[in-house]
Amino acid sequence: MENLDTIIQILDSTIRLATPLLFACLAGLFSERAGVFDIGLEGKMLAAAFMAASVAAVTGNVWLGMFAGIGISLILALIHGLASITFRGDQLISGVAINFLAAGLTVVVGQSWFRLGGRTPALSGEGRFGQIDLPFADALRDVPLLGPIYSDLLSGHTFLAYIALLAVPASWFVLYRTRFGLRLRAVGENPGAVDTAGISVVKLRFSAVIICGVLCGLAGAYLSTGHGAGFGKDMTAGRGFIALAALIFAKWRPWQALGTCMLFGLLQAVAIRYQSINLGEFTVPVQFMDALPYILTVVILAGFVGKAIPPKAGGEAYVKER
Amino acid sequence: MQKMPKWADIVLIPLINLFLAFIISGFVIWSIGKDPFAALNTMIEGAFGSTNGWGYTLYYTTNFIFTGLAVAVAFQARQFNIGGEGQAAIGGLGVALMCLMIDWPHWALALPVAIVGGAVFGAAWAFIPAYLQAKRGSHIVITTIMFNFIAAALLGFLLNGALKAPGMAAESPGFPEGATLPTFHDMLAPLGIEFSRHAPANISFLVALLCAFLVWILIWHTRLGYAIRSYGRSETAAKYAGISPTKIIIVSMLISGGLAGLMAVNVTMGEAERLVLNSVEGAGFIGIAVALMGRSHPVGVVLAALLFGFLYQGGAELSLWEGIPRELVIVIQALVILFTGALDNMVRNPVERMFLKLRKGA
Repeated sequence: MENLDTIIQILDSTIRLATPLLFACLAGLFSERAGVFDIGLEGKMLAAAFMAASVAAVTGNVWLGMFAGIGISLILALIHGLASITFRGDQLISGVAINFLAAGLTVVVGQSWFRLGGRTPALSGEGRFGQIDLPFADALRDVPLLGPIYSDLLSGHTFLAYIALLAVPASWFVLYRTRFGLRLRAVGENPGAVDTAGISVVKLRFSAVIICGVLCGLAGAYLSTGHGAGFGKDMTAGRGFIALAALIFAKWRPWQALGTCMLFGLLQAVAIRYQSINLGEFTVPVQFMDALPYILTVVILAGFVGKAIPPKAGGEAYVKER
Repeated sequence: MQKMPKWADIVLIPLINLFLAFIISGFVIWSIGKDPFAALNTMIEGAFGSTNGWGYTLYYTTNFIFTGLAVAVAFQARQFNIGGEGQAAIGGLGVALMCLMIDWPHWALALPVAIVGGAVFGAAWAFIPAYLQAKRGSHIVITTIMFNFIAAALLGFLLNGALKAPGMAAESPGFPEGATLPTFHDMLAPLGIEFSRHAPANISFLVALLCAFLVWILIWHTRLGYAIRSYGRSETAAKYAGISPTKIIIVSMLISGGLAGLMAVNVTMGEAERLVLNSVEGAGFIGIAVALMGRSHPVGVVLAALLFGFLYQGGAELSLWEGIPRELVIVIQALVILFTGALDNMVRNPVERMFLKLRKGA
């Protein structure tokens, strides 16, 4: 049974590590499906993680922290919208700027507020998201095989982890079963047609950017108040870019995004647990595990194994015809 | 008819953008309870007040000229090379391998070989994203970001394994004595000019200026440069004129990667004298701000690089004397990128309108 325990532990940590990726990946999904490229996922997550941890530390209330995180992420998202939709600036450059803005401000402001070298005070109790035990988790633990899977793997995650999982079908429903979703996808493929139909391209794209901001806020809040217990300098550590990679790997579709984020979460979980993996003669170095999501993404982008085709109008500002 | 005179486009708009970025940075300093003017004073004093300050400022400037030129050359072909960070890191590997290869008798022999090593390795790291963009249509921004992370992992692997020096730190063995580049102190002493002994500015600065000159020749005075600019302006027109997009994308990205790789000469040979983990320290990304600020022109790039060299050295002094974290420089850098790159039209449109009005009035 020891093997089963190990597998469950790894899968459990997979879910924990995949949660922020999933939020950020879905955030990018909405934005990019509407034709607004967003390489600023990382920055929005980082700023949200900082604000969530700061407000939770000061008020002792994790919910206030979460809303503060969403708030700052929304502000950055709106800056991105202003630059790329209103002023028709370069979306990629705007994303780069937002990443640096967050990387710099979190440390400068954090040092000024808490004087802990850019960290926020450690959170405990009400300042963090606690584990939620699913019903009958204790009673069912002794059932062979299914018991541990239910009680140890599926139960005992934080509120936000379950929200992230629910966000997948919700995103699918919004994008593929509502009028708003149809229009949102259309505006990423052919904004001219949407405009001709008398629907505002600008409004639709801003809605997408706002949804992206909220989801990035949740990703950041999860990192500092659910997964961790406080903010540390540069704590997102490239997760925004892994989420971007996952989005491409998933070919901009919600269910595939779930699968990819779980896969990348699993890679991280294995890398953390084993450092380097011994395959008899050959040792897989931990750095290779770290780089694997990026390598896989380049391979899929290269189109040798299935082709990833981004939304057609992605990255371009829409200029109304006169 | 042009909407506004050329000088407004090249000088006025970047200055307004920079001014906006500085105003907001000043506001950030003020909001954390410090005096923005005192901070500016400390930065200027620290960066230009002594030969030691100058030595550090020009050392950083050297890095940013290389990475700024790298981004600028790619911009000319309308390619956004965000992978300068990774290309410079792999360039460092090339420089380190060249320096450790033999026991160099003199720096004058080691330098050209190291330059070739850095450029070739940096260019090679840019080649795969360039090839994928040109042949398979994979978005170069995404692939170069991915290659930054892959480069970091690769260097982590090598510096903890095959290239690791004995000891705890993840770094290569020290370079031989003969691969140490002369600093400004060494270069200026024979001329009777006293320059700080400890400042890291070195002969790579001259290499950087030479590169800026060569880029200028290449882009504005050669057939290839003409092809690169044509392709950057209009892909369809360039194609019609018989210019091969594949060739332009790959060649411009190879030059770009090579320039980014050259940055490693300054940091590894000129300063650390070994290859350390994370030797690039974000200079690859600052290249983006430098190229945007400098309007992708070598003269602009050199001036913008000096500005960022000043900000970096000044920022270090700020953390030392004013208790403002160095990361403030990252905020300024972000604002410069935001205003000159993404929000450019916010300033440009009103300025254009103003010039149109003036012309009508005249």
